[in-house]
Amino acid sequence: MFIIKLVLKNALRHKLRTFLTILGVSIAVMSFGFMRTIVTAWSSGVQSSSENRMITRQAVSFIFPLPISCLQQIQQIPGVTEVSYANWFGGVYRDAADWKNFFPRIAVDPETYFSLYPEFIVPADQFAEFKKERNACIVGEKIAQQLGFHPGDIIPVEGDIYPGRWEFVVRGIYRGKDQSTDLTQMFFHWDYLNERMHVEAPGREGFVGWYVIGVRNAADMPRVAREVDDRYKNSRSATKTETEREFQQSFVSMSSAIINSLEAVSYVIIGIILLVLANTIVMAARERTKEYAVLKTLGYSGWHIVGLIAGESMLIASSGCVIGLFLTFPMAMGFAKAFPTFFPVFNVETVTIILAVVVALFAGVAAALFPATRAVRMKIVDGLRSID
Amino acid sequence: MSQNGTMIRVDHVTKSYRRDSIEIPVLRDISIDVPTGEFLALMGPSGSGKTTLLNLIAGIDRPNAGKVIVNGTDIALLGESELARWRARHVGFIFQFYNLLPVLTAFENVELPLLLTGLSRKEKREHVEAALNLVGLGDRIHHYPKQLSGGQEQRVAIARAIVTDPTILVADEPTGDLDKVSAAEIMDLLDRLNKEFRKTIVMVTHDPRAAEKAHKAMHLDKGELTT
Amino acid sequence: MKIPISYTWRSLWARRLTTTLTLGGVALVVFVFASVLMLSHGVEQTMIDTGSDDNAIVLRRSANSELVSQIDRDAANVIRTNPLIAAAGDGKPVVSTEVVVIINLLKKESNDMGNISVRGISPEALALRPEVRIVEGQMLRFGSHEIILGSSLAKRFQGTGIGEQLKFGDAQWTVVGHFEAEKNGFESEIWGDVEQLMPAFGRPVFSSVTLKLKNAGDYETVKKQIESDPRTQYTELKREKVYYSEQSKLMSDFIKILGLVVTIIFSIGAVIGAMITMYAAVANRTVEIGTLRALGFRRRSILSAFLVESVFLSLIGGGAGVALASLMSFVRISTVNFGTFSELAFGFTLSPSIVVSALVFSTLMGLVGGFLPAVRASRLNILAALRSA
Repeated sequence: MFIIKLVLKNALRHKLRTFLTILGVSIAVMSFGFMRTIVTAWSSGVQSSSENRMITRQAVSFIFPLPISCLQQIQQIPGVTEVSYANWFGGVYRDAADWKNFFPRIAVDPETYFSLYPEFIVPADQFAEFKKERNACIVGEKIAQQLGFHPGDIIPVEGDIYPGRWEFVVRGIYRGKDQSTDLTQMFFHWDYLNERMHVEAPGREGFVGWYVIGVRNAADMPRVAREVDDRYKNSRSATKTETEREFQQSFVSMSSAIINSLEAVSYVIIGIILLVLANTIVMAARERTKEYAVLKTLGYSGWHIVGLIAGESMLIASSGCVIGLFLTFPMAMGFAKAFPTFFPVFNVETVTIILAVVVALFAGVAAALFPATRAVRMKIVDGLRSID
Repeated sequence: MSQNGTMIRVDHVTKSYRRDSIEIPVLRDISIDVPTGEFLALMGPSGSGKTTLLNLIAGIDRPNAGKVIVNGTDIALLGESELARWRARHVGFIFQFYNLLPVLTAFENVELPLLLTGLSRKEKREHVEAALNLVGLGDRIHHYPKQLSGGQEQRVAIARAIVTDPTILVADEPTGDLDKVSAAEIMDLLDRLNKEFRKTIVMVTHDPRAAEKAHKAMHLDKGELTT
Repeated sequence: MKIPISYTWRSLWARRLTTTLTLGGVALVVFVFASVLMLSHGVEQTMIDTGSDDNAIVLRRSANSELVSQIDRDAANVIRTNPLIAAAGDGKPVVSTEVVVIINLLKKESNDMGNISVRGISPEALALRPEVRIVEGQMLRFGSHEIILGSSLAKRFQGTGIGEQLKFGDAQWTVVGHFEAEKNGFESEIWGDVEQLMPAFGRPVFSSVTLKLKNAGDYETVKKQIESDPRTQYTELKREKVYYSEQSKLMSDFIKILGLVVTIIFSIGAVIGAMITMYAAVANRTVEIGTLRALGFRRRSILSAFLVESVFLSLIGGGAGVALASLMSFVRISTVNFGTFSELAFGFTLSPSIVVSALVFSTLMGLVGGFLPAVRASRLNILAALRSA
């Protein structure tokens, strides 16, 4: 259509200005995509939570352990398929100040834990090797790559929660079922931890950090949760049982202030896109006031003029959007490489892309609003008289 | 088709402009008749209202009072979009500063009015080529305005004005920005359009040489006819 | 000849809409820039203000927070006997043996959970931390299940009013007072008697021992003494201020880096906006420029006139941005501190150096954005410019 041709030619009138505007919009779109990716990555744990797993922890806070005796009792609750348990080991690997060295270290009951987390895929032979050795461990692919762990390597850890010097032998490397699996964790035998506590700190023997409960039907979850918590309500170790999703969400919402700030920043970015774009479109429209008047003289309607202005605005907005989105991906990848354990899963979500497109389109329309209205209302004779 | 041979009738028209809160009268109760096929020159000092009168006839402005009847239609009564359509069909406008779109070639500039019609691509091309040939620029079809001289630009503008075969031609100081030779060429062209193609032309001008080509000249001063 | 300043601001005024849009862009960028600096500063201030110069804290070696540190009673008693520790009026050493745990409380506005530090203290804790003042209610009685909590917590979490009871560790604890601590980290904590809290939480050991030195300069000596004594060998001494600032380092770094990335991106956007505006200004005033040159003004004057205009524009925008950012001083944010894993409240702190940085930053943007267009303006050919009318 002719309007498209004219829009294109108009945009190319001031190549430098059009280029700068597209550049500005694309940088803004890229940062928008980047900000939102950080926000979504923060809650990625929530997304990847299983539908059928529940977490039971000490009601007061998760830093207090639960006795191992709960295991049998929880197993007997109807609807429960499997129960596993784990302790957050923590400790310090190498120089704690360098955050590249941080990765979660967790003591688990291997059979039941990996059964409840089918998304962690360990090669059968490695798993067999792992089961044979007391201080063997399985590490996630990502952290193995980053810190250069191979089967047979020894990971020395200086314990803090469980003091002393510990050494773990890598016997397996797990990969993930899909993109959203956390591949930065290290798992070792709960029994190994327990045995050492038996020797070094008997009061701490026989305690778990949390239980993981598999439930056959999601509909049973509220009932199971109540049964567990009611049972221990008045004991020393009152429990809090919730779905894994709720559990992850509670961590996410602790940082809600930061997440909200990032979201706020992403909205400010939208404002910037608008300003840069509007600035250019207003200038362009003003320069062509006389031409618009001539077109009107020839019989073109106000709507045609609106189409020209909006068309140019949308053209710049969408070009900037496309380029910006292209740039978001490498930026996200770079960030993920720099801080892998900070955000174990760092992907640009489809929602983010859609949002960016919507934002760009909105900006394209909004930027054109004021000049288009002016152009429609302008009297032909005034327009012809204007000096650009 | 005109009524009684009168193409344009301006009937007791008054027009004033508002600047802040002051009303400045420009045309006071003006009435003129322009017969079909006439070549009329409107002359007068600046501020006399001649351009305003031209604008009213061309349908790009509205009177405060009175009627403007062109080819039987009182255009003062038409709504905005009707007026736009009317202009596209019936008026060819020639400006002092040509007012070509700089990003379009000569061909594309002339084509502009045709895009509002439903003609096929082939038909449009034929009309444009015919118009450009008529004004003597058949060989410059794909040049941009900045590659043309002033006289050539004006000729493209004239081609644009006639490409839809409008009922009337309206020209505002068509030679105002041209040198003597180009001005003469343009006036010859307008003369030809009037004599050969029987176009009714209303022209505002300062230039007495341009006025010579017209059949009749009317003088305005302070919004009133003085001849 | 110099071009008068009135030319500059009148030109800007003549193209009000574009000027405003560009101003808006610059103001926005500077606002973000200043806010980020203020936030980072605020986090540091909160943590740095936590602790005194003549206090030191003892933790288990290689424990990087009190949460994961354990010190048994025997070691604590050995530490207590060190002669370089200041003595209180009654002759007792100013030492507080403390235990730190985390409990969950519900936020008032969202019902979300927060991790709150509960600190068991000894009576000497107040002497150690003179900045702590009870602002409502009264100090807790040692030997009872009374607790006091920071005013920051009282504002944001449920169940924290005076007289209300919190249940944790198997017992009920009554809130008897709210305290303020000059907006430092302690204001986000709950304090109770350590000897009551330890059994309630089944914790037989302390998390840390905090002591006041007679002279701050004795620190190194005391450090060596404690760390080489075989009974306390597994511990390490740190200056209290150093310890607390380390706690916030991760947080502070994260904010700084994120903020820096955001600002760089934003400023590129603002520079582009300024460039577009200035190029347009030059294009529009081609005749003016030609006239000025014809009148005898030199290229250099034209260049500087446009540069001045660009800098003027961005300084005004920058000023607006800083003014807006200063409003953030009224905002307090509370979130989980990555280092301690418990709630920490901090605010946006403006400082003169931040204001200066922001203004310098906006001037730079104006210079960078306006440079190329100004060069173009100065290079215009006089005749071509005049003819372009």
